[in-house]
Amino acid sequence: MAFFLETLIGGLMAGMLYSLVALGFVLIYKASGVFNFAQGAMVLFAALAMARFSEWIGAALGGDSLILANILAFLAAGVVMFIVAWVIERLVLRNLVNQEGATLLMATLGITYVLEGIGQTLFGSEIYKIDVGMPKDPVMMLESVFEGGILINKEDFYAALIAAVLVVLLTIFFQKTSTGRALRAVADDHQAALSIGIPLNRIWVIVWCVAGVVALVAGIIWGSKLGVQFSLATVAMRALPVVILGGLTSVPGAIIGGLIIGVGEKLSEVYIGPMVGGGIEIWFAYMLALVFLLFRPQGLFGEKIIDRV
Amino acid sequence: MIYRENGQFKTSYGADQQIFPIAQDRYLVLAIIAFAFIGVPFLADEYYFRAILIPFLILSLAALGVNLLVGYCGQITLGAGAFMAIGAYAAYNFLIRVPHMPLLGALILGGLSAAGMGILFGIPSLRVRGLYLAVATLAAQFFADWAFLRIKWFTNDSSSGSVSVSNLQVFGFPVESPVEKYLFCLALLVVFGLLAKNLTRASIGRQWMAIRDMDVAAEVIGIRPMWAKLSAFAVSSFFVGVAGALWGFVHLGSWEPAAFSVDRSFQLLFMVIIGGMGSIVGSFFGAAFIVILPIFLSQILPALGGLVGVHVSTTVASHMELIIFGALIVFFLIVEPHGLARLWVTAKEKLRLWPFPH
Repeated sequence: MAFFLETLIGGLMAGMLYSLVALGFVLIYKASGVFNFAQGAMVLFAALAMARFSEWIGAALGGDSLILANILAFLAAGVVMFIVAWVIERLVLRNLVNQEGATLLMATLGITYVLEGIGQTLFGSEIYKIDVGMPKDPVMMLESVFEGGILINKEDFYAALIAAVLVVLLTIFFQKTSTGRALRAVADDHQAALSIGIPLNRIWVIVWCVAGVVALVAGIIWGSKLGVQFSLATVAMRALPVVILGGLTSVPGAIIGGLIIGVGEKLSEVYIGPMVGGGIEIWFAYMLALVFLLFRPQGLFGEKIIDRV
Repeated sequence: MIYRENGQFKTSYGADQQIFPIAQDRYLVLAIIAFAFIGVPFLADEYYFRAILIPFLILSLAALGVNLLVGYCGQITLGAGAFMAIGAYAAYNFLIRVPHMPLLGALILGGLSAAGMGILFGIPSLRVRGLYLAVATLAAQFFADWAFLRIKWFTNDSSSGSVSVSNLQVFGFPVESPVEKYLFCLALLVVFGLLAKNLTRASIGRQWMAIRDMDVAAEVIGIRPMWAKLSAFAVSSFFVGVAGALWGFVHLGSWEPAAFSVDRSFQLLFMVIIGGMGSIVGSFFGAAFIVILPIFLSQILPALGGLVGVHVSTTVASHMELIIFGALIVFFLIVEPHGLARLWVTAKEKLRLWPFPH
């Protein structure tokens, strides 16, 4: 039982990390109808920027103030992500308005290559560390209930907490601020939003910016866990089932989907994996999402797809 | 002036419905095929065969298959690499486990296995559509990656995980030297190209296109969506599977699952989108573009660097390649969202009026 609970909690926390990446997909799809395959590359790019800036700024400050260096690096990386968002909107999105979904998808794949190339040219292609002072030692919990207690990774716990805070902030931003309302209006209907005077292009920059900041947070958390390296870009592949499971248009869906996928992955790896030779995590997540899709083709919380002839 | 159909009268339905109704087109295509069979083997050297021509032919075949599904039936797939892998490994197993299995038989059986799996993984398309389906097809990709890596039976218990074939022959002719491999692939591509073109002209292709344009409307006029979608998945996977078997047998010789990774799937989808969705000739353009561009960039970049006096190291060069490759793809999508095939059509229209445009 204790082992089961430990796996379950591990899965839930891994799930929160997936939802962080998935959030980026959902934000952009909601506001511009673009399925942004470049989200993984954005995570890598942001993490690279963060890692190198904190290294450079830390060196410039003399290396005694880790917190100050990290805050400055975070701001600098945020500025970099803003520039990325602005350039993407200017050069790509603006020219591809009203194209088919597949064409937009391919365009974001092109952006993926460009971002990977530029990121590694600017910031180097070795493995870097991000040290934001997250505690790494595991803690024991519920020792009074189970014998031996449950081992929980503190780092995962804080990461899940940060993810939760981010989601709450995003929800408030979307529901309560006027910019958030404009974003939702654009998501609903581009033309109607234009006709009541919402500047479409600025909204897109904002959305890609927000997605960039989400990518930055995801990059910092994933980067401090796994190290900043090229394979960080493949995190997006792990987050895709989360996105379709939760629904492409739903922020809460990304969270719930992440939790389901995280738990499903961990439980399957522990209980089914040994029977078939292990390593089933990645395709099991997709199969799980597929099973859900067979019952709800628009994902758990996606908007209902209505067909008219 | 040259490209004009004046005076070409059609006296039968057959003549009216042929693939190339304009005589000039017909002769041009025949001339290209004849040149590919007779002229190219004398002109190209071994490097061209290995690095450009054979990959181009095989990937065109795969792109053709993907285009049938994505371009004609409208079902976006990101799992094409998986079906290449299934074709390759199935053909390999047929070749080594069945005594006296001819190469062509193994290729066809490999394609049929891929078609079977294609139907299986196409079933979600009956419920799920669009981008959701695209992500769902990734399930096939990751499942295949895993299966061919972990299940030792598929790789004949090879200790390194890679499999290899040798001593290929067709009807007693060896397929060993680059020229022989080239001719073998070319012959197959011509047959499959003709097959694909005719499929899209026949009732089945029209059903696919109806489903693509509006599946509810297609259902209302009496097209069975299940039959149309699953047949598209089957035929497409068959093409892709045969291409995968060729890629393993003829191009690589020995391979491991990484040869058919998700990057391959993206590459194939790029070919279809850049070449032109719903266009047979577009598949060839797309394949040529994607095969030649990286080679071209890797040749030209160090030279350009040398020209301006900068020494380009290999890592920087590979990053620059990525950047330029991605930027060019975005550029092409912006300039011509309908692909290179549309440029080709526009050029032909212009040529018909030339030199008197009014």
